[in-house]
Amino acid sequence: MKAGIVVFPGINRERDMAIALAQAAGSAPRMIWHRETDLEGLDLVVIPGGFSYGDYLRCGAMAARSPVMDAIRAHAARGGAVLGVCNGFQILIEAGLLPGALLRNASLRFLSCDCWLRVERTDTIFTDHWQRGAVFRSPMAHGDGNYFADDPTLDRLEGEGLVAFRYVTEQGEATTTACRNGSVRNIAGILSPNRRVLGLMPHPEDLVDPLMGGTDGQPLFHGLAAALAA
Amino acid sequence: MARDVNASLAREFGLSAEEYGRVLSILGRTPSFTELGIFSVMWSEHCSYKSSRVWLKELPTKAPWVIHGPGENAGVVAVGDGLAAIFKMESHNHPSYIEPYQGAATGVGGILRDVFTMGARPIANLNALRFGDPALPRTRNTIDGVVRGIGDYGNCVGVPTVGGEVNFHPAYNGNPLVNAMTVGVAPANRIFLSAAAGIGNPVVYVGSKTGRDGIHGATMASAEFAEDSEEKRPTVQVGDPFEEKLLIEACLELMATDAIVSIQDMGAAGLTSSSVEMAGKGGVGIAIDLDRVPQREADMTAYEMMLSESQERMLMVLRPDREALARSIFEKYELDFAVIGTLTATGRIVVRHRGRVEADIPLEPLADQAPLYHRPYSETPAPAPLGAVTDPLGVRASLLRLIGCPDLCSRRWVWDQYDATVGGQTVRRPGSADAAVVKLEDSRRALALTVDCTPRYCKADPEAGGAQAVAEAWRNITATGATPLAITDCMNFGNPEKPEIMGQFAAAIRGMAAACTALDFPVVSGNVSFYNETEGRPILPAPCIGGLGVLEEATQAARIAPPAGSELLLVGAVAGHLGQSLWLREVAGSEDGPPPPVNLAAERRNGDFVRRMILTGKAGACHDVADGGVLVAVAEMALAGSVGIELDAPEIAMPAHAFWFGEDQGCYVLAVENAAAVLAEAAAVSVPARRLGRVRGEDLKLAGGVPISLGELRAAHEAFLPSLMGG
Repeated sequence: MKAGIVVFPGINRERDMAIALAQAAGSAPRMIWHRETDLEGLDLVVIPGGFSYGDYLRCGAMAARSPVMDAIRAHAARGGAVLGVCNGFQILIEAGLLPGALLRNASLRFLSCDCWLRVERTDTIFTDHWQRGAVFRSPMAHGDGNYFADDPTLDRLEGEGLVAFRYVTEQGEATTTACRNGSVRNIAGILSPNRRVLGLMPHPEDLVDPLMGGTDGQPLFHGLAAALAA
Repeated sequence: MARDVNASLAREFGLSAEEYGRVLSILGRTPSFTELGIFSVMWSEHCSYKSSRVWLKELPTKAPWVIHGPGENAGVVAVGDGLAAIFKMESHNHPSYIEPYQGAATGVGGILRDVFTMGARPIANLNALRFGDPALPRTRNTIDGVVRGIGDYGNCVGVPTVGGEVNFHPAYNGNPLVNAMTVGVAPANRIFLSAAAGIGNPVVYVGSKTGRDGIHGATMASAEFAEDSEEKRPTVQVGDPFEEKLLIEACLELMATDAIVSIQDMGAAGLTSSSVEMAGKGGVGIAIDLDRVPQREADMTAYEMMLSESQERMLMVLRPDREALARSIFEKYELDFAVIGTLTATGRIVVRHRGRVEADIPLEPLADQAPLYHRPYSETPAPAPLGAVTDPLGVRASLLRLIGCPDLCSRRWVWDQYDATVGGQTVRRPGSADAAVVKLEDSRRALALTVDCTPRYCKADPEAGGAQAVAEAWRNITATGATPLAITDCMNFGNPEKPEIMGQFAAAIRGMAAACTALDFPVVSGNVSFYNETEGRPILPAPCIGGLGVLEEATQAARIAPPAGSELLLVGAVAGHLGQSLWLREVAGSEDGPPPPVNLAAERRNGDFVRRMILTGKAGACHDVADGGVLVAVAEMALAGSVGIELDAPEIAMPAHAFWFGEDQGCYVLAVENAAAVLAEAAAVSVPARRLGRVRGEDLKLAGGVPISLGELRAAHEAFLPSLMGG
């Protein structure tokens, strides 16, 4: 798998993501400064977490209008794989690659804690190393992760099976308390219609080493490495 | 600004008549307005340490692993594998009272710069917070702003906030403490210092533009507050963590080249202190052309630019042939880059603005003739001994009250707002071990980090309290299995012009020095914050200690959650000391008595034993005994592991509440598999140890008492902060 990590000014989880990708793929990903626009030869483009442009204006809004986004849109249009995590998810939404919006957390406070996620479908390049309905732990850390979309959009996402992950209890129930940021229908991550673009708020890349508390996040990266192996 | 410069203006600027006389004799003339500003900030308590220097000299600062002690931007210690840890803690108390959010945020930003200016990538932030009576609306407002400020800044720059402490006491009603610590890592042979060198070399300004914010902040931080403190809001700086993140990346990228001769952040007293200190340390002169300084506002005067504390700015001396390379890196990050001066052979700082010389000061006397005070001091009277105290509540109810009280309740509400995992190297997050543990990238090693102080001990007996703060930091690092290496100190005290405050300071230093020496735990950096008083009421003195240790194998880091089936041992001598304990305050309603004595020899012996048990795999978990005593430590272990614990009746001749809630020092609770073997090893090295109980069932069971379910315990522990702060 040839993976590239796009770094906008203010992105800060690119090192975490590089560790997780290298561990799964066996080789270091390419780091792509936002002024580069050549994504030739990449199987996977990742937009990691952080505070691109300081989250000023609106999370992800400025990064979504930067030149590299056209290259990322073209990559996605070719069927290339795109993963956006946290700020990366916000950027994908602002760029129109995924629907909906990420609002301030319901508590109006930054939330850094572990959450439990349920895998909603497994026939995707991102999730096929999990069992359907599997529940895994993941760190999350964001101020604006409260997913929202209007009902027709949500119904379409659900109808087409494009909800990838939901916030649940450790036992796998999608309760209100399990969804600490207030996301509508407990949605934590969604897919594009061709299921090659995934955006999610939590950080599975921060849980890929027993030393850091577990390996719950590994299936995402191992799944991608296997699916995108040359 | 066309004001006459005279003794009365000097007094407004914080200079005494005697100090102003010294300015006149150094210059041989009346200073210009800008020069007066420069002298007043350089000679402020905050920048000159004029009241504390004579005492700080007593602290031990050397060890074979210390690379740079006090005097640089931060302390530097070797941590193995060719790496160095660079760390410092600093106060931002005064700004955080005036404007909690920006005060705390810029405290984090400032300490980050102190660390990355030396070439380190910051890998962890910690903080020590002291707030007033939580029942006051103002306290809630302060907590909210400070926590948001720390969180927003650290989260945005992408440095994990991994630990800290939060305490409450009415003595902080008018003067909260916000102490921020940053730890960074660099190759030990790539440390950047601030001493300028090379006559003719360019002096380069990078980072944010200069505005009118924070003018005279260092002077504000060197005075007591009165009722007009609200009017001082314009002296608080405004932070931009996004700019800081870019500055970190740009500086580290430039530091990987050979372009930098010396570098210093613009912290307190901004352009003044950075240029004066860099040139002064290098024994050279410096010429600055203010017309070239990137400015955010129109028509700024020389005085404003020299004293601005605008954030996210650095000053560097570059090799002249690397200027273009450096410029290209800062342009990549869209940061300002301006050559604003050159190094000269004059030994003077000469500041020009719009064709006029606004300041021309000889550097040597500015530093050498800075005021140095041997302030009168009076020793704190020894506290009266605490007589017998009966238990009005019983052990079970006392525990539930203590575990839920403001000083012992869960800090989850706070740390849930701090990103603790960014960077992907956090081995032990807040609440899971006695010290935070952060792995070093590309190494098997990890750092153990903690922040500690018990101000109520320091108030009652500053010498014992100073020793205790150092010992507790050492103990918390030890309890993870790490070897303690060095500390940074952040000394928060009242008005040093009062003999009783100076007495507290001197005694605290004595206690700290003794503990640092006995524990091989030198001071490598620090900060003094005086004048923590509002309307004449001083804070509880708080010599906050930031401790750093190293684990050769990150995998060996202990946690406090005990493994199922393990037995609990209590290591250390228990005397049931209740003086100044939280039990005494929260249950018996008194703040009397002496604090617990610290036996440094026993501290060392017990700690070295505990570390050996952890590193040889004989102890599966460890938690030190601190605020609240043995039973609170045990309850915290039960909660951390979500396990029941069954305790035996203590076979010891003292009241039950003294045994369970006494705050004896040098004690640890160990979870072990083979209790007999560990007890035998303890006996062999004369370390007191006894059986305490075992991990069993789903409740916390005291011998003969009604069990406390984990649910009840957790509810009591978790309630306070969310209910205070509204969820």
